[in-house]
Amino acid sequence: MTDATTENAPFAFVRKEALAQETPPLSVAGPIAWIRTNLFSGPVNSILTLLCVYIVVTTVPEMIRFYFIDAVWSGTNRDACLADKIGRPVGACWAYIADRFQYFIYGSYPVPQRWRVNIVFAMFALGVLWLLWERAPLKKVGLFFFFVILPIGAYVLLLGGPNAEGFLRWLIGLTLVLMVIYLVLSFVPALARFWIGPAFLAVEEAQPPWKRFYRPKRLILLSLVVFGLIAILADKIGLPRVDTGLWGGMTVTFLIAAVGIVFSLPLGVILALGRRSKLPIIQLLSVIFIEFVRGVPLITVLFMANTMLPLFVPQEYSPDRLLRPLVGVALFAAAYMAEVIRGGLQAMPKGQYEGAMSLGLGYWQMMRLIILPQALRIVIPGIVNTFIGLFKDTTLVTIVGIFDFLRTIEATLVDPTWATPTTRATGYAFAAMFYFLCCWGMSRYSISVEKRMAAGQKR
Amino acid sequence: MSTIPTETVQPGKASLLYDPKIRGYVYQLALLAVVGFLLYSAASNAITNLRAQKIASGFGFWHNAAGFDVNQKLIPFSASGSTYGEAFYVGLLNTLLVASIGIVLSTFLGFFVGVARLSSNWVLSKLAMIYVEVIRNLPLLLQLFFWYNAVLKPLPNPRQSIELPAGALLNNRGLYLPDPQLGPGGSVIIWTFLIGIVASIIFRVWARKQQEATGKQYPVGWIALGLIVVLPFFVYLVTGRPISFVYPEIAGFNLRGGIQIFPEFVALLLGLTTYTAGFIAEVVRAGILAVSKGQTEAANALGLRAGPTLKLVVIPQAMRVIIPPLTSNYLNLTKNSSLAVAIGYPDLVQVFTGTVLNQTGQAVEVVAITMAVYLTISLVTSFFMNIYNKRMALVER
Amino acid sequence: MKKAVTSALVLASLALGAGVAQAQTGLLPQIKARGVVTCGTSPGLAGFAMPDAQGNYTGIDVDLCRALAAAIFNDPQKVKFVPLSSKDRFTALQAGEVDLLSRTTTWTLSRDTSLGLNFAGINYFDGQGFMVRKKLGIDSALKLAGASVCVAQGTTTELNLADFFRANKMKYEVVAFSSGDETIKAYESGRCDAFTTDSSGLYAERLKLQVPTDHIVLPEIISKEPLGPVVRHGDDNWLDVVKWTHNAMLNAEELGITKANVDEMLKSENPEIRRFVGTEGKFGEPMGLSNDWAYRIVKLVGNYGEVFEKNVGAGSPLKIARGQNALWTKGGLQYAPPIR
Repeated sequence: MTDATTENAPFAFVRKEALAQETPPLSVAGPIAWIRTNLFSGPVNSILTLLCVYIVVTTVPEMIRFYFIDAVWSGTNRDACLADKIGRPVGACWAYIADRFQYFIYGSYPVPQRWRVNIVFAMFALGVLWLLWERAPLKKVGLFFFFVILPIGAYVLLLGGPNAEGFLRWLIGLTLVLMVIYLVLSFVPALARFWIGPAFLAVEEAQPPWKRFYRPKRLILLSLVVFGLIAILADKIGLPRVDTGLWGGMTVTFLIAAVGIVFSLPLGVILALGRRSKLPIIQLLSVIFIEFVRGVPLITVLFMANTMLPLFVPQEYSPDRLLRPLVGVALFAAAYMAEVIRGGLQAMPKGQYEGAMSLGLGYWQMMRLIILPQALRIVIPGIVNTFIGLFKDTTLVTIVGIFDFLRTIEATLVDPTWATPTTRATGYAFAAMFYFLCCWGMSRYSISVEKRMAAGQKR
Repeated sequence: MSTIPTETVQPGKASLLYDPKIRGYVYQLALLAVVGFLLYSAASNAITNLRAQKIASGFGFWHNAAGFDVNQKLIPFSASGSTYGEAFYVGLLNTLLVASIGIVLSTFLGFFVGVARLSSNWVLSKLAMIYVEVIRNLPLLLQLFFWYNAVLKPLPNPRQSIELPAGALLNNRGLYLPDPQLGPGGSVIIWTFLIGIVASIIFRVWARKQQEATGKQYPVGWIALGLIVVLPFFVYLVTGRPISFVYPEIAGFNLRGGIQIFPEFVALLLGLTTYTAGFIAEVVRAGILAVSKGQTEAANALGLRAGPTLKLVVIPQAMRVIIPPLTSNYLNLTKNSSLAVAIGYPDLVQVFTGTVLNQTGQAVEVVAITMAVYLTISLVTSFFMNIYNKRMALVER
Repeated sequence: MKKAVTSALVLASLALGAGVAQAQTGLLPQIKARGVVTCGTSPGLAGFAMPDAQGNYTGIDVDLCRALAAAIFNDPQKVKFVPLSSKDRFTALQAGEVDLLSRTTTWTLSRDTSLGLNFAGINYFDGQGFMVRKKLGIDSALKLAGASVCVAQGTTTELNLADFFRANKMKYEVVAFSSGDETIKAYESGRCDAFTTDSSGLYAERLKLQVPTDHIVLPEIISKEPLGPVVRHGDDNWLDVVKWTHNAMLNAEELGITKANVDEMLKSENPEIRRFVGTEGKFGEPMGLSNDWAYRIVKLVGNYGEVFEKNVGAGSPLKIARGQNALWTKGGLQYAPPIR
């Protein structure tokens, strides 16, 4: 504040007395003002608003009427959903969904064996929660569970039969041998010298025996428990073989998505590293693979897997009909995953590489311990988005004759048992709900991770 | 125990073993050997298997008679005289047709929705948001089934066609438009129209230059409208209305006359357009948000209204962010058009990888050709988009 | 060296249990070692191959596979059915994924030669026809000029359709779909005026429509569609086994041997019947089967007439008349060489 006053100022005219207060403008607060500024701020806006309101008013009540008020909720065949049979206008025929629900989940998987699918679903849910819930403990064990134990367990449980059971027993044997080796190592760590190097050995030796080699022992124990439980199930109840031709519905949809993520992530990492490699041949091969796969539609990859894969292997190893699209989807997703991960690698500041190298770490140690953990963390949203794309793309296996969820819906639409005028709208609405919930949930998750990381960066 | 036997390590050997260069060569050679072996064995297996199965190989089938029909064809094709090679071109043209129209439409819709999402109009932005969320979170195949089976198939049969303005008819066999027939002197109108387009382009270039030199703006849009629409219409009236229309009418099972647009095409176009527009909308939104708020405020301070601010200040800057992901969305649309096979639109995959593959049994050749086509389209598109992108990027100072 | 190939794939296919063949020559020993016949069938065509809710297949094509299992293993259940779309069937057979294809497959020259297949016989004489809505008021396929026709792609049907309209100088609009279900769905929704496939298939697909009686099958048969089991080139013994399994079912009907009376027939004096049931001569051994192979087929599955009536004839919802599929002795075309 200066001392100069208006009195002494060299102005010709300065207002001396205050103006009378104006009444507050009516429209800066309150609902009406809000409507005016947000909905009717100009002629164009007003027209758009009216148009939008018209669209909402004409569609939403109609949809509510169709899907809820006029809907039929129970019944055993199409008579329940025919307007002239029940004497009122009929909306969605949810009774049809209820009637076929089991089929949508399991496809033609034999009814007495469906508990096996349920166990796999439960394991899958556990693995997903473990990895996605950020406060879950033992993340590394979770990774091992999701990427190693779950695929093996799912394979044995879903397929069953002597081959799978033999494989399981062989695995349990292997796990036991590993366990014994690590127990021996715990008491005589010196045996591991050439394996893990003197520095790490010193760390292990400093601990009491039961804590030595704690991490590998932990993983082996978990595998042993899970595989052992499955083996007990196989012995007590029996796991007869269920051919892949009978698998269907959401089971197959989730299976393809899971196989896609489990295989495409490691493959994507390798491809991304290859593309960033300084070795020209490795780089070239990675680029060719990635660009080739990204340049063609998934359908052609599936066609190729379906018709050409059997030609590329000796006849007696001709791959299973379900395995073919799985290979196709995994390779396809890997190329997209590689590009996402490459983004993460590129975003790493150079100092991280230099720091790691100055510590004397080799290439693989540097990647495994320093770069990848950070790079993968920052691309989690990108990975989830790729995965959403993958999940939507699982529907394409329909075209090569696999009974995924969408195909089971399509299959029931030609079934005369439930042929009514509204069956189709109901079936598609149900499918849309399923896919929307899955994809939307994942995208919400990815956004929340993004926000959390942004918050971490802000400080 | 802790002593390391140093004398066994020879420095020369160790450096050779740990020389990153040499290691690099070894790794690469090993990888090359593995990949080469895989390719070789896959090829030799394929040859053995094909020989064992007595499947013909080579591209000899290309000139064999096709013997089947296709409903939508841009070039003459008939079961009697056409070859598998011609079937390939029919499919390819159909793919390109749906992709190019889809790209144009989805760009318009996508930009509209993207801008609408950022609009100050609450209802509009919420509707746009719902649209984007729903479209992006549902599989395209499901959306195609929806458009084809739930929207187009319940249309009435040809005898109860819905009558649209200007003599167009809509039924479950498709959309029938009046077919314009040029009478004598009608070609003048076409020429006027073409000249109008060329003149508009020239005028636009000139107006640009003038604006950059003098700052004076010309109403390019109105003048172009006059040249392209009003002038040919005027010529049409002057020459005595030489264009007549053949209107579709019921004859036998279907409609006769007019231009028929097949429901499969419409469903695919609708599905691809709405789906891709959802993604383009997000690209546009991100692009606009990437333009700093100061730019809008500066434009407002200069007295520009919302429309010109968007058109002259924000979008030109946002385009630089928008173009690269926009390209990949165009490519995705083209690749996604292969889903046509699910709803019976005769695109490349349906005609060639479907029917031709089945009639010839030559999976390797057919799938390889199909993949090569999509790969070429991808590479060519990204080539042109890169050029455009470079031009846009140069604007940055 | 080639065996070492694409090891990941091999491992994976082992994992999912693709049949890994033993190092024996010929398919029959392999099948015996494996304990099951893999049979490619239709994914769902009433009367020919149709799975019920439990995944058990029934149909005339299915019974041929069961007859094979009966002849080889004395157990008609030892069959693994692989549902194949019309697009996939040949690649599946060629790739060795199935031992035989019993899937309403038309015997044509090009399939027999350039696709590397052998047809083991004709278990159903069929021909392509049209189905239309009754209310169109059409009684002949020759009145279909200008119609839209729905057809499944990748079949001889698609080619026959083009030939028929071309030969009769009629215009039409073809609407082709990649699966049979899509095709019938499109026809039912009114996208097409007519639906075409083999006439047996027309009857079967008609059952899938909401009101089957609203649709009629037109009388014209526009093609010869001899349907039969198919095997790969290069294994004559297996071809013989399939061929004679089919012939045995025909011979049984001709000789009057049925599921019910086959045990009495063991005591028959008729030399033809004695040869058939294996009480005289050694006719199974040269094929690598037991000598009572034909007896097992009839005992466990039935003769051709029984199978026909049960699946597509009077005993089924399809109610197709024997027609051309009657025995030659009754004015039909089914004729089997004798067992001797």
